[in-house]
Amino acid sequence: MNNLLKWTAAAAFACLPLAASAHKMFLVPSTTVLSDGDDAWVTFDAAVSNDLFYFNHHAIALDGLAITGPDGAPVAAENPHTGKWRSEFDLHLTKPGTYRVSIANEGLFASYVDAKGEKKRWRGSVDKLGEIPADAKDVQVSESQGSVNAFVTLGKPNDTALKPANKGLELVPVTAPNDLFAGEAAKFRFLIDGKPAKDLKVSVIPGGTRYRDQLNEIAVTTDANGEFAVTWPTAGLYWLNASLDKQKPTVAKAKERRLNYVATLEVLPQ
Amino acid sequence: MRRHAFALAAALAAPSAFAASAQLTLELPKLEVSEYHRPYVAVWIEREDRSVAANLAVWYQNKDGKDAKSGKAEPGSKWLSDLRQWWRRSGREQTLPIDGVSGATRPAGQHQLKFEGDKAPLSTLAPGSYKLVVEVAREVGGHELVSVPFAWPPASPQHLSAQGEHEIGAVRLDLDP
Repeated sequence: MNNLLKWTAAAAFACLPLAASAHKMFLVPSTTVLSDGDDAWVTFDAAVSNDLFYFNHHAIALDGLAITGPDGAPVAAENPHTGKWRSEFDLHLTKPGTYRVSIANEGLFASYVDAKGEKKRWRGSVDKLGEIPADAKDVQVSESQGSVNAFVTLGKPNDTALKPANKGLELVPVTAPNDLFAGEAAKFRFLIDGKPAKDLKVSVIPGGTRYRDQLNEIAVTTDANGEFAVTWPTAGLYWLNASLDKQKPTVAKAKERRLNYVATLEVLPQ
Repeated sequence: MRRHAFALAAALAAPSAFAASAQLTLELPKLEVSEYHRPYVAVWIEREDRSVAANLAVWYQNKDGKDAKSGKAEPGSKWLSDLRQWWRRSGREQTLPIDGVSGATRPAGQHQLKFEGDKAPLSTLAPGSYKLVVEVAREVGGHELVSVPFAWPPASPQHLSAQGEHEIGAVRLDLDP
């Protein structure tokens, strides 16, 4: 019980329960395509769950939330709230173009054996590595970099907010992310630290899993340019995910790095 | 010599777009529903690559309406993206109102739009294959899209039609060379 409290208290990494790798993280936008009007608002839910897109497990804390506007400038979320199963926040769209909403998940995991010979776990940010006692043995540190994303567009789309930071695993949409329609193919590119992610397995799952018997997962692999295409079978919200283990870490003390990327994409009917 | 004569004859026989005209008759069906709102309608001419050659009509609530319950003003333009194909192909690039194209929503019934070949937008149409597209979205109702393929300019009088099933009734396009 004490350990659990320690994990949930770790500020920089508070959003993930330890078993998160088995669960899906996602944002759910209330809409993604908006026309002009002084009233352009989108509300978002952020949650961790096995089921798409149902709130039955854990909220995602909003510490790592960053919204980029169509001019590349940051935009503040409004009315944030974290409840039991989900977090929520509102976004007021005031400039035409495409906004990127992203919740970053970065930190370090460590396991070690303390002076009493007990196996301990630690999680936190790079600057808190000192929390691991100096006399700890068998210290194994691993790094994790991930993000949970969604895109919304007011009026005419643009791609300023979609430019990659060239850090970690990033999706660069080739097809505008709010121009997705049932029956049409959309193209995307994955980058790892700014370089094309070749032969990366990507999973795309349509929402509404409660109301059908099969997952209907679409599995694709990126090509030599890190690109892949998806033809959407039906309209609806889709969960897109790719992850990589055992990557070269960016933190000196870490042995390896885990990368993860999630996006919720809305596909409209014809 | 013969080649020139043939070319001249062909030029004389080719239909001239400027004399041509088009008449669109669009039926918005009378629907027996408890809460009826006049639909949002977009009509446009689409090229073969689905790009928009011309917008013919955009009927929407162009004055700010008041939400009945809260009294909050809501701009009618908020719902233009419900015309989702028109929105992505043209609407989101436009600044409304568009002179001679946009206007208020219309009631159920038949509506006629006439276009002369020597005036915009028909005068801007290059010869080729097109589609006349009608998209309708109705508040607390449905969405429907109907298209009528046609060749421009018409070589002979054309009476083309399509039929919607829910939100669009009969669509008739009469072309006169």
